[in-house]
Amino acid sequence: MNKVVKSATEALQGVKDEMTLMLGGFGLCGIPENSITELVKLNVSGLTCISNNAGVDDFGLGLLLQKKQIKKMISSYVGENAEFERQMLNGELEVDLIPQGSLAARCYAGGAGIPAFFTPAGYGTEVAEGKEVREFDGKPHILEHALSADFAIVKAWKGDRHGNLIYKGTARNFNPVMAMAGKITVAEVEILVEPGELDPNAIHTPGIFVQRIFQGSNYEKRIEQLTTTPKEA
Amino acid sequence: MLDRNGIAKRIAQELQDGWYVNLGIGIPTLIANHVPQGLSVEFQSENGILGMGPFPYEGDEDADLINAGKQTITALAGAAIFDSSTSFAMIRGGHIQLTVLGAMQVSQSGDIANWKIPGKMVKGMGGAMDLVASSDNIIVAMTHTNRKGQSKLLSQCTLPLTGVKCVKKIVTNLAVIEIREGKFHLLEVAPGVTVDQVKEATEGDLVISNTVSEMIL
Repeated sequence: MNKVVKSATEALQGVKDEMTLMLGGFGLCGIPENSITELVKLNVSGLTCISNNAGVDDFGLGLLLQKKQIKKMISSYVGENAEFERQMLNGELEVDLIPQGSLAARCYAGGAGIPAFFTPAGYGTEVAEGKEVREFDGKPHILEHALSADFAIVKAWKGDRHGNLIYKGTARNFNPVMAMAGKITVAEVEILVEPGELDPNAIHTPGIFVQRIFQGSNYEKRIEQLTTTPKEA
Repeated sequence: MLDRNGIAKRIAQELQDGWYVNLGIGIPTLIANHVPQGLSVEFQSENGILGMGPFPYEGDEDADLINAGKQTITALAGAAIFDSSTSFAMIRGGHIQLTVLGAMQVSQSGDIANWKIPGKMVKGMGGAMDLVASSDNIIVAMTHTNRKGQSKLLSQCTLPLTGVKCVKKIVTNLAVIEIREGKFHLLEVAPGVTVDQVKEATEGDLVISNTVSEMIL
């Protein structure tokens, strides 16, 4: 198997206006930086983006928001992006905020062939509006549906040409579940290796879920909240 | 009256040996600095780590190692890292013994609101709705009143809810309050705070027993 493509440009071939995209990452940690840059260049619009967060004003998905390329965001937390809040409160951006665990579970369900599931998260809140409620063991649960995407775009630390992926630290977050839920899954990696170099016991995302993989470059890996402990003298 | 660290210190007294604990953003994060000596407690951060350690030394920060507040952290010896789906299996599957989170309002029936002010502020619920829907042991850490001086302990929440009938205990700058049978019950007052001050700052029904004590910090 050889799923390696040369660049983000080649990896994102077929992305069109009005498509639904999943993008991995938590805050700015583990986001597919190269692909986001490419989406800005492609200038596709009317996108529905499924991502836990919406970046910050000038980085991550914030870059697509600035150019008004996103029609709808499906996220759990968007507190770090002032432009996002402005577009949402003005009604320029459609937003579906959903509990973070439901977001992860809905992506997993989309990848695992589970059309819908019941969860207590969000019962009795705005999130439950219009959703079927059923009691299990005396506790009310709401019906949540699976999510899938035309393209799922993830970022990994290492990958091989079969598409096997290993993530580093908490940059793993939503990447593995989103990788499962894309009709086409694109993985950008910091280090592309030959098959056999990755320990099969350590693979986080088996290559079956990945259709295109490329060696990324120039990772900025911006830190949102730099917090440190002073070194003792 | 307690400051933010005082609230965190009081909540840290609730920790028990062997517990896995999820701390929300803000005051709850400070609890990690006040774990009583001799207790073995592990902190879970919902972005995907168990065994979260202190902030790294200057220069040692790693952009690929953050907590749910997007702050750079370290991983303790014996830490584990996992994806969001596994993380929320821990939370939704009831494997976490204590959840501490902040709130904008709590009602006397245990409802909590902390994610949205219609027309003004929308940050999103993050993992809060999952946490409050699945945890049996939820403590809210917050100031007793908001910046305008209005009570945050209400007969009914007026803001969009995060969860219903889930909060069991509240620790504020003024008091420790338990929620049961649809009412707030005053357990402890902060040093220098009177029962009347707590009464005045509480809009909902507050039951005051004759065993109210002063917090020992």
